[in-house]
Amino acid sequence: MQSFEYANPATVQEAVGLLSAKWGEADVLAGGTDLISLMKDHLHTPKRVVNIKNIKELEGIQKTAAGIRIGALVTMDELAKNADVKASAKSLSDAAAAIPSPQIRHMGTVGGDLCQRPRCWYYRQGFGLLAMKDGKSLVPDGANQYHAIFGSGPAYFVSASSLGPALIALGAKIKLVSAKGPREVAAASFFVSPANETSREIALHPDEILTEILIPPATVKSATYEVRQKEALDWPLATASVTLTMRGNTVASAKVVLGHVAAKPWDSAEAAKAITGKAITADTAEAAGKAAVASASPLSQNAYKVTLARVAVKRALLEAAKQKA
Amino acid sequence: MANTPDYSWPPMADRKIIGKSFKRLDGQAKASGRAKYTSDLKMKDMLYAAYVLCPHGHARVTSIDTSAAEKVKGVQAVHVIAPAGTEVQWHGKEIAAVAATTEEIAREAIRMVKVDYEVMPHFVNEQDLGKAGSRGKAAGEKVTGDPEKAFQEAEAVSDGVYGIPVITHSCLEPHGCVIQWQGDQVMAWPSTQFVTGWANTLAPNLKVPAANIKVKMDYIGGGFGSKFSPGAWAEVGAILSQKAGGRPVKIYLDRVAEQTIAGNRPSAFGKIKIAGKKDGTITAWQSDTWASGGFAGGGQPPLPYVYNNIPNTRLNHTSISVNAGPSQAWRAPNNQQASFLTCSAIEDFAAKAGCDPMDVFNKNAGYTPRAEQYQYQLAKAAELSEWKKLWKPRDQRTGTMRRGLGIGVNAWAGNGHGCTARLTINSDGSVVLEMGTQDLGTGTRTIMTQVAAETLGLQMGQVKLVIGDNSLPPGGSSGGSTTVGGVSAATRKAGVNALGKLYEAAAPALGVQPEELEAVDGQIRVKSNHAKNMTWVAACKKIGPAGKISETGVNETRNPMGLFSGGAAGVQVADVSVDIETGLVKINRFVAVQDCGLVINPKLAESQVIGAIIMGISTALYEERIMDNATGRMMNPDLEFYKLAGIKDIGDIVVHMDIREVNDKRGVIGLGEPPAIGICAAVGNAVANAIGKRVPYMPMTPMHVLNALEGRNA
Ligand SMILES: Cc1cc2nc3c(=O)[nH]c(=O)nc-3n(C[C@H](O)[C@H](O)[C@H](O)COP(=O)(O)OP(=O)(O)OC[C@H]3O[C@@H](n4cnc5c(N)ncnc54)[C@H](O)[C@@H]3O)c2cc1C
Repeated sequence: MQSFEYANPATVQEAVGLLSAKWGEADVLAGGTDLISLMKDHLHTPKRVVNIKNIKELEGIQKTAAGIRIGALVTMDELAKNADVKASAKSLSDAAAAIPSPQIRHMGTVGGDLCQRPRCWYYRQGFGLLAMKDGKSLVPDGANQYHAIFGSGPAYFVSASSLGPALIALGAKIKLVSAKGPREVAAASFFVSPANETSREIALHPDEILTEILIPPATVKSATYEVRQKEALDWPLATASVTLTMRGNTVASAKVVLGHVAAKPWDSAEAAKAITGKAITADTAEAAGKAAVASASPLSQNAYKVTLARVAVKRALLEAAKQKA
Repeated sequence: MANTPDYSWPPMADRKIIGKSFKRLDGQAKASGRAKYTSDLKMKDMLYAAYVLCPHGHARVTSIDTSAAEKVKGVQAVHVIAPAGTEVQWHGKEIAAVAATTEEIAREAIRMVKVDYEVMPHFVNEQDLGKAGSRGKAAGEKVTGDPEKAFQEAEAVSDGVYGIPVITHSCLEPHGCVIQWQGDQVMAWPSTQFVTGWANTLAPNLKVPAANIKVKMDYIGGGFGSKFSPGAWAEVGAILSQKAGGRPVKIYLDRVAEQTIAGNRPSAFGKIKIAGKKDGTITAWQSDTWASGGFAGGGQPPLPYVYNNIPNTRLNHTSISVNAGPSQAWRAPNNQQASFLTCSAIEDFAAKAGCDPMDVFNKNAGYTPRAEQYQYQLAKAAELSEWKKLWKPRDQRTGTMRRGLGIGVNAWAGNGHGCTARLTINSDGSVVLEMGTQDLGTGTRTIMTQVAAETLGLQMGQVKLVIGDNSLPPGGSSGGSTTVGGVSAATRKAGVNALGKLYEAAAPALGVQPEELEAVDGQIRVKSNHAKNMTWVAACKKIGPAGKISETGVNETRNPMGLFSGGAAGVQVADVSVDIETGLVKINRFVAVQDCGLVINPKLAESQVIGAIIMGISTALYEERIMDNATGRMMNPDLEFYKLAGIKDIGDIVVHMDIREVNDKRGVIGLGEPPAIGICAAVGNAVANAIGKRVPYMPMTPMHVLNALEGRNA
């Protein structure tokens, strides 16, 4: 790990003053479950590390008329156990609970989960975010069993956050603060598929801190279904988060967002369209799953993930349908 | 006494300590963290080493410049392993090493070593034999009987492709040591499966007399066959120590090095055909296999496995050289591969013949070396797995979650390695048992103490055990499941010999001949008249002016004297559920029936089997080394995408130790390896039974299962 200056601000204002307009100068430290390994592997070599864990205003979950506000420092464990979140955003609660190992759930924060870097093994072994060699990505002909099945490049890693798809499906907003002031972005536009090696996979600017998330009030059914191979310390192979507004037994409107299948959470308008206006049955859920993967373009080794994504959508819909709402 | 003393084990019914389930003696120390593994050691002035590893699958070092690293504050020694001109054949190969005052400084310093490589072409994936080209070397064909004719006359023929990948040992404590080289003296604290022989392997490399190398090890955090030799790191550590003026150097592989260079289990692939009759009788076997254990290629597993007397066979094998780190023994080398290939093919043959595989394994037991034993165990495994109730033919399962049962078999030699125990009885009654052996976590400490206590008629707490030091009487290497046979025989002999001397000292006071005495329940007493006795302590007071009796017991591999033998057998049944939409495989229950002769401690024996099953399920469901054609690198040299099973992934384990008089009479037989052999076989067969299709490639990941279900050939 490269030597760095360590800063311990107590307020957001103080913290953003310590950041820089350029990536690589300063890094925000929350739970450290990702940043520390990135630094040990010299993938991040910040000159300054800004610890935000002493900033009280970043803590806590509150339910107000404006919705549920979740502070960036809320841990996965707090998120998973919060009764309000469980009651009105089950998909998010379940996604947090499924993040493996009590250690990570107790240290890892919501802000850190959304801002964590991809787990792509080319990126983690130092081949760069897009794994480019001689102008061509190594991934399509390389070891790509865990890589993207949507998006057709140039980024083939999969977005790591399993909270991301649930937040997008719930229509959440994310608050980002810099020295110039706050701004709000829709969760759907927070994640981006980077077009080149120097851009990021999230809309956060280097001089900003993610301070909170807002889930709008709504009466919805929501569910997350994840395909994970192991029970312990493992990443999902494919996930789906769905949010449904019901009119009686039929779906008035739907959001279907797939995870771990593309460089950003994959918002499937096709699946949403397929289920809208229908009652959820095994057949309609299956049809929505099929619609979700109709445009998938798997790589040499990961055609199996197309099946997993299809099944995840189907099962998430069936699970959401079971909820009382 | 001119005659050889009677060393034989006491009859089953008379045993007080042997055959009892004592808790392992070091359990508390390990669970509480008080036990110090070598990787825990911290010493005054100790330096930390770190390696520069080759980032390419195949390359030549064109230049190497260490000057910047040498200037880093805290760096005490730099050693170049692969100078300019060296051709390097795999990712992870050691290029240079640095020793510094902290691990952090050492890690920073290796980044300052500037190495230029000429990258060369690599070949890293052996699954497709057709792509091996000149990297494959065919062994000559072996034929027995008349396979041609047998296949022509067959009523049923199975024909399948099967593959088991390279996996790594993933020892929790990585490979390495702390080593200090001063003048012509070397002191080492390794993590090794061979305390006694470690120095002798290292000595010629350092050009230091083996007599000057002191070795000490208390605890080892896993070896599984990969920690016999000191490894290149011991030598590099010693050189760094010497360069740093004789300060101790801790040289431990980080996880990347551990996964790429510390050893692995070779792969094995095969196209296998079995011929036979409609009633399940097997008549012929044909296999074309290929394997790789790294740059040196990979040998042929012993096929057909266990059922090795099939009369008509044709075997071909190709060894494939890949650009990847070398293999090491992995808990029954080549046997897992052989069991997987054989049992998978037998299961497929049973399906083709329309038979219950349990009947086919049973019916053909005549081809095994111990027909009755396997038949007994198949029946027991069938009973414990509720085979009759739960097994259904392949095509009769419906629904999304499909249950399946499958069989795997094992065989292993065991026997007892050569070693020497020294047992000392002091005139105050205290007892010390010593040997330069090691406890791999298998319970060697506990069983040695049990054998000594039983032999002397004492309680467990009355025997002090000292192991883990090469100045003690020689121990053997803990490999091949030969430790328990060796150490128990040597301990028994040392105990009997020492007791003979104690009888001589005590006999006059009881007015009898030494031969008339026995040691039972803390007493030395006359066999024919138990009222004539003295306490253990009183008897020890009679020990002469030396104040102690010290006798050795030597175990000779070739002269078991009834104390140990070879030949363990086992049958295992996996019961799985497969989600056919996701390809996820869950273990419901895993049943293991295992014999290992005389069982010194049933609890520890069972624990060996449970450990083997946990490790085996992990290999069957998750583990594989993933090599990248694009870069020639191992893509998962970690414990994140090199997946290991967690506690919830294992399912229920049912162990039946086959403890019967007939087995007990054979003496002690090693158990470390046999129960680890047939697990991929059993799980793979259970999955085939559940989904009605063979999944050719281990591990049983959603990728492999769905590829099979959806007709994709990976
Ligand atoms: C084996 C394993 C399995 C895992 N499985 C999953 C999984 O299934 N699903 C999943 O979602 N995650 C998973 N994780 C990842 C885990 O959830 C993240 O590591 C964790 O959420 C990161 O939170 P943190 O607070 O520790 O972040 P840190 O490590 O402190 O930071 C991570 C990154 O985010 C930035 N950052 C953190 N907070 C802020 C902020 N408020 N504003 C701006 N930037 C910020 C940091 O600068 C850094 O770049 C897994 C991790 C491991 C090791």
